[in-house]
Amino acid sequence: MTGSIATNATAWAKENLFRNWRDAVLTVVFGLILAFLTIRVLSFVLGSDWEIQRVNMRNSLVGPEISGTDLWGPVIGIWLGAAAVGVLIGAMDRAQHVDDPGAMLDPLNPAHWPQLAARTLDRLWPLLALVAFSLLLTTSAAGLLVAIATLALGFLGRAVGMRLPLGSLRWAALAAGLAPLVAVLIIRYGFGIDWKDWGGFLLVAFAGAAGIALSFPLGILLALGRRSKLPAIKALSVAYIEFFRGVPLVVLLLIGSLVIGLFLPRSLIPSEAIRAVIIFTLFTAAYFAEVIRGGLQSLPAGQEEAAKALGLPGWRITTFIVMPQALRNVIPAIVGQSISLWKDTSLMFIIGLAEPLRLASAFTRQPEFRGQGLITLTLFFAGLIYWVVSFTMSRESQRLERKLGVGQR
Amino acid sequence: MTVAPAPTPARPPPWRDVRVLRIAGQAAVLLAVGLLLAWLWSNLQTNTERLGIPAPTDFSYLDQPVGQSIAGSDLRPTQSRLDALQVGLVRTIQIAIVGIILTTILGIFLGIARLSSNWLVATFARLYVELFRNTPPLVVVIFIYLGMFINGGFLPPQGEAFEIPKLLAMDIRGISVLWVSFTGSPWPYLLILALGVGLGWFVSRWRGRAQDATGKPAYPVLSGFIVFLAVAIVGWLALGGPTEITAPSVGADGRIAGGNKLTPEYAALLVGLVLYTASHVAEITRGSIQAVARGQDEAAKALGLTPGQRLRKVILPQALRVAIPPMSNQYLNLTKNSSLAVAIAYVEMTRVTSDLVANGAPAFQAFLLLAFLYLLISLATALITNTINSRLAIPER
Repeated sequence: MTGSIATNATAWAKENLFRNWRDAVLTVVFGLILAFLTIRVLSFVLGSDWEIQRVNMRNSLVGPEISGTDLWGPVIGIWLGAAAVGVLIGAMDRAQHVDDPGAMLDPLNPAHWPQLAARTLDRLWPLLALVAFSLLLTTSAAGLLVAIATLALGFLGRAVGMRLPLGSLRWAALAAGLAPLVAVLIIRYGFGIDWKDWGGFLLVAFAGAAGIALSFPLGILLALGRRSKLPAIKALSVAYIEFFRGVPLVVLLLIGSLVIGLFLPRSLIPSEAIRAVIIFTLFTAAYFAEVIRGGLQSLPAGQEEAAKALGLPGWRITTFIVMPQALRNVIPAIVGQSISLWKDTSLMFIIGLAEPLRLASAFTRQPEFRGQGLITLTLFFAGLIYWVVSFTMSRESQRLERKLGVGQR
Repeated sequence: MTVAPAPTPARPPPWRDVRVLRIAGQAAVLLAVGLLLAWLWSNLQTNTERLGIPAPTDFSYLDQPVGQSIAGSDLRPTQSRLDALQVGLVRTIQIAIVGIILTTILGIFLGIARLSSNWLVATFARLYVELFRNTPPLVVVIFIYLGMFINGGFLPPQGEAFEIPKLLAMDIRGISVLWVSFTGSPWPYLLILALGVGLGWFVSRWRGRAQDATGKPAYPVLSGFIVFLAVAIVGWLALGGPTEITAPSVGADGRIAGGNKLTPEYAALLVGLVLYTASHVAEITRGSIQAVARGQDEAAKALGLTPGQRLRKVILPQALRVAIPPMSNQYLNLTKNSSLAVAIAYVEMTRVTSDLVANGAPAFQAFLLLAFLYLLISLATALITNTINSRLAIPER
């Protein structure tokens, strides 16, 4: 009944917008600001001529040096990643529905599709919106097919994952972790695309994934080292952590770009992109170490004492009793640190690598677009790439936090 | 009866003796690290010799002339590189201080707005936080600088300056705002102001003790502030008005004169850093207020405190304790992120260093010095916040 909806709306507005005159003033002021900004952004997005971004879409995604059949490399990489993540999500779903496997949503069952679509939209809408926007711009059939295949592979992976036997969750997690590595190897060695030709979204995704994967083990070692009773180990760990936390990443990247070469024999100097990844790894490891140390400190001493009483040797106490619980306690902080690293990959701009911001300004120097002030458009798109991934990750982290929250242990 | 002496436990062989193993293990790690460093150092020496650049311990490059000037500073090209670095250091510290003040104000405002009962206000704050927290600070700074200031039409071209009379004027060359400046040396009046702060603090302590002793309101904060204001006014009059107000104005030729002039680079860096960091400060503010147990507020309500008193005397003091460590982290992040200036050519410490290296200063020494300066700043900040933290912490156990 429309009448009751109208009454409800009035009651809601009275409660939440116009409680008293001060509230009403605030509502009007913030309403005007919000309306102004919305109109500005909408007129910018809808009213601009996006030709420059349309022409350069492929460059934004993989960099200007990858073209022709080489494009299959990144495409296969994305498919591999989507399938592996799908398997992991399916296996996690299975582990959560041990008692009633019937409650799982099965991508192979058309009756579940509306619910699956709703859930996917709810969780991935920023990513899907960006893909849809890009596809609308380029109206490229190949792009559409790749996107559809990626989604299909993700769902197929999920269908496989939920049919795996119960104990295979850790193998699924391992597979999802290894998928990016395999993808990188395929692109680099399978298609023979040299590091210096990687660019755009592909480059930052690689740097972010590699940085996380490599810095995590190093972070664990440093955290253990900092809590060690052996003075030399402890001093080394503390010095390392405090150095990398005290110096800005920009300075470290400049050092990596301009100074590291002096420390190595000429034959051993890695390419610019790899040096950046090394710096990201060393830097993030120090932050991971502090996060993990927090997890170790949050663990009651009784856990370690009980394990000792059972006669477990020291390294087994760490790997089987202490570490799993400590890491579990700080999963949200680990995700937060990973988001930070993802945002930090934009700093490759400063050392001249072809990451999205650098490309965004390069597009405006192409002859047909030169000197028209189009950088606002290309920068907006580059920023959107960073924002969408980071926002999606932070929402997933909040979900995880709620899920792991009170009453789970 | 004699008690047989307990057999002395046989020492295990050294390769199974945990005491020996510990020392041996540490020695091995130290040796490995030492060898690695020695290898790197010898490479460094070989490479510097091969390239014919100063040896890694030679810092004499600092005494040579910079050979260029820095926009917005009166550094002469004949002055030494050390002087240039000093200009950069002062600018880094300056942008950090200004940025921290503005970030704190904006962030706390947004954090409280997120908890507002007004849906629109809370939504505005949430959108703000989600937008800026998930955007890399470099994207924010570059978008403001290149996308809005230089190309986006936000700053009008020269000769068509945008003006709010007496308050603000801006064109592509910079933003001028109304400012108070000193006619002569600022130090006499600053000294008087510092005296006023001390006196005001002293008076408010004294009134506070009186209030605690008698239970009657003695207005400690208000009386302290009045004392400060009185000292400030009397001092200003006594010095014959040491300050003047400079307002920006647009001349007939379209040029902006007067006011405190900010270059587009400085403005973009400052605005970008403040907008980005404020989103984090807002989340810390919200989290800290929510971390205060609800019973505290309810108990204060039961005691009959007004909403303002509850916020000021019960909630905020407790929230502050929770907020200090993460806040200091954000302040440090802002300071370190000021190095993003290197991307938009605002010349501060990092930019000075990279310019020096581009002009032939030895890269290893220059960046070593830069890293050392940042470490000093980080260390100083950590010391200050640790002191504040330990003074404010509730003594426990």
